[in-house]
Amino acid sequence: MIVPLSHLLLLASILFALGVVCVLSWRSNVIMVLVGIEIMLNAAVLVFVAGSYQWGMADGQVFALMIIAMTSAEVSLALAMVVYLHQRRKTVDVDAFRELRDR
Amino acid sequence: MAQILFYLLAGVIIIATVLAVTEKHAVHAVVYLVTSFFGLAVVFYLLAAPLIAVFEVIIYAGAVMVLFLFVVMMLDRGNPEEAKRPTLMHCLPALVLSGIILASLVLLLLSQPVPGINGTDRSFLGVEDFALTLFRKYGVAIEIISMQLLFAIVGVLYLGRRRKP
Repeated sequence: MIVPLSHLLLLASILFALGVVCVLSWRSNVIMVLVGIEIMLNAAVLVFVAGSYQWGMADGQVFALMIIAMTSAEVSLALAMVVYLHQRRKTVDVDAFRELRDR
Repeated sequence: MAQILFYLLAGVIIIATVLAVTEKHAVHAVVYLVTSFFGLAVVFYLLAAPLIAVFEVIIYAGAVMVLFLFVVMMLDRGNPEEAKRPTLMHCLPALVLSGIILASLVLLLLSQPVPGINGTDRSFLGVEDFALTLFRKYGVAIEIISMQLLFAIVGVLYLGRRRKP
């Protein structure tokens, strides 16, 4: 073991908290909200890989791969939605998108 | 050696992520995030997961972040100098909430010992173990991932279709 598992979990906790700060505080730019979600998902991947190393089983790596694939799908959809919203409203401010009606 | 490398990389990851979160320009934030992901990929390599490290570099730093860069550069944001950083009053609830989350996680880590195998009898996890686990034990995961990517393609094509003006 190169480092104890608790240090890895500490690093993942710090990354997750930074992602929460990014999501909650950047309300003026929806792209930064997506960046915060990326940071939080990376913390989750780090926890899975650390657990896989600690217990010597490859299951955690499989779930890390699933998270990575899920993230790529999520990011492509979310960015397409950002482009669509920017075409409609000419802004990326989160507070500007408060209507649900369709034209 | 690997220990020193891990702590150095942990510092690099945290600093790069803090810079990415506090950066005003989205392009700079994405580039800082790519730095953080490269550091994380090396940590994965140190944790005996070379395949995940490669996927991290190829998919996260290579594809997802380039997609972010494309969208940031494609959207005409007017003059980005006006893009204001959130004020401290805006950040305060976020800081309080994430501080509570971080404090509870750290307290949980400190309060009880982490279970697991503590010793050197751990077998090295190679690509072969990963492949056997992935295709024998979690074969349905491949199908789920492929369906998910297919749904993402359909959704993106629907959102990006050409509309009548």
